Amino acid sequence: MDAYLTILQLLDSTVRLATPLLLACLAGLYSERAGIFDIGLEGKMLAAAFFSAAVAAVTGSVWVGLLAGIAASLVLSAIHGIASITFRGNQLISGVAINFLAAGLTVLVAQAWFRQGGRTPSLFGKGRFEPITLPFAESLQSVPIIGPLYYELISGHSILVYLAFAAVPFTWWLLFRTRFGLRLRAVGENPAAVDTAGVSVVGLRFAAVGICGVLCGIAGAYLSTALQAGFVKDMSAGRGFIALAALIFAKWRPWHALYATLLFGLFGALETRPDVIEAVIGMKVQGQLLSALPYIMTVIILAGFVGKAIPPRAGGEPYVKER
Amino acid sequence: MTLMTKFLGASAATALMAGAAFAEPALIYDLGGKFDKSFNEAAFNGAQRWVEETGGTYREIEMQSEAQREQALRRFADAGANPIITMGFGMADPLSSVAPDFPDTKFVVVDVTWLEGLDNVRQIGFAEHEGSYLVGMLAALASKTGTVSFIGGMDIPLIRHFGCGFAQGAKAANPDVKIIANMTGTTPDAWNDPVKGSELTKAQISQGSDVVFAAAGGTGVGVLQTAADSGILSIGVDSNQNHLHPGKVLTSMLKRVDNAVYDALKAGENVETGVFTFGLAEDGVGYALDENNASLITAEMKATVDAARDSIISGDTKVVSYYENDSCPAIDF
Repeated sequence: MDAYLTILQLLDSTVRLATPLLLACLAGLYSERAGIFDIGLEGKMLAAAFFSAAVAAVTGSVWVGLLAGIAASLVLSAIHGIASITFRGNQLISGVAINFLAAGLTVLVAQAWFRQGGRTPSLFGKGRFEPITLPFAESLQSVPIIGPLYYELISGHSILVYLAFAAVPFTWWLLFRTRFGLRLRAVGENPAAVDTAGVSVVGLRFAAVGICGVLCGIAGAYLSTALQAGFVKDMSAGRGFIALAALIFAKWRPWHALYATLLFGLFGALETRPDVIEAVIGMKVQGQLLSALPYIMTVIILAGFVGKAIPPRAGGEPYVKER
Repeated sequence: MTLMTKFLGASAATALMAGAAFAEPALIYDLGGKFDKSFNEAAFNGAQRWVEETGGTYREIEMQSEAQREQALRRFADAGANPIITMGFGMADPLSSVAPDFPDTKFVVVDVTWLEGLDNVRQIGFAEHEGSYLVGMLAALASKTGTVSFIGGMDIPLIRHFGCGFAQGAKAANPDVKIIANMTGTTPDAWNDPVKGSELTKAQISQGSDVVFAAAGGTGVGVLQTAADSGILSIGVDSNQNHLHPGKVLTSMLKRVDNAVYDALKAGENVETGVFTFGLAEDGVGYALDENNASLITAEMKATVDAARDSIISGDTKVVSYYENDSCPAIDF
């Protein structure tokens, strides 16, 4: 029973760690499926983390904070869109610029605003997303196997976690079962064909970049207002890049994105429990190996050892109507 | 030719500055940033105390990357700042290349004690293991589950030094105590990853820990927050962090960086050089007791810990330093 509880706690930690990755990964999925590479996920998350925490601290409402975080992320998305769609700039460079911009801007604004050395005041009460206890979680806790599973793992997360998981089937439905989704995917494979059919390539790409902004905004808000109670400089700590790795690992598919981010989340969770690893495999494993695993696996996938990862064909290339 | 001009320019600037009424001191913060509520903020507080008392002014800069260290040192030295106070072990290498070039400038470095052959450098070390020993005792005395834990930031010898003292103290107070230790990471990211700090705290709680000691810079913010949210006790580090979550932070391991900076600024250009280590005897380290944690520390606990403190000062109790042979008798990292 103890082992079972430990596994549940590990999985619980996995869910918490995977959620920001999943949101950012889906954000990248929309953008890249529409042919806009986005390595600015990290920067958008960071900006959203700061603005959601800052506005939540000032207004005392986490929902207003969430909106502010999404707005901040959307502004950066708009910059990326204008640079790479309207002005046909290099998408990678624009993404890098967004990462630098967010890293510097958040600390600068935080210092000017709160004078606490680039962090926001601690959030409390309504300024934070509290864990939600699902109905019957307490009363079912004594039921063997299912009770603890429901109580420990499924119940007790913030609403953003459930939102993130619901976003997976929704994304699948939107991309593969609607007209909008078909066009969005087409614009990432063959924008000329979409244009010929009389559908705006620019409009579709901006829509995709916008959805990406919203999802990154939620991911950032989750970091600073649900997992933490405030913003600390550079708190995204490379999660945007791991999300990108997960996107490649998932080969740009929504359900696989869920599996990939859960797997990467599990690595993160295992890193916090070296004793469990030691008990299971009988030897010590360095934490560094686990934090490097997502990248190693992505390289293996990219190298084509385990099936080939083929990005959307028009990805990274600005669409030029006439030469 | 251009090189010559540069030298001439530099010496002219130095001469001009030397002609000024007094040289302004300079303070270089480490990567964590001036307001890390911890190590660097302690330095800032020490400098502010000096400003309030003397009305003096000083120049300052926060490091943003490793590459800036030497550049900042040279800039300040070129501009005639004296003394130049630097924070953190990362300053060791830049100092050993810059200090010999400016024999008339006094340098002060906190957390570095191993440089040799530099006559114009004041090296200040702290006996962190002694302070950590005391908070380790408090942790073991306050723990109801008999399990206490440690979360380090970046996995460097200095942080292991903290953890080692903590583990020895906990074992001294309760020989059966179980000690869990985790490091956040191996890159500078580990100083600013509160999310991971939270997950580590939760993992340690699920292993039974009910007192957690964080020596992890900005990551510690997440540790203290999660500990407070989960209803267990935490221990802060460097500065007094008891006020962050009143009644939920057991104590803080104080490292009186503020005193070190204050003393250096007060001595000014005549600051004594050499290697200095501040331990319990010099009040260089200690544990924090204020109105925020008064209800958590019983008179009995205080008496036990103060007795241990006296015993360490008199030499009857020996706290093993991690640096002695790169290993710890009380815990395996």
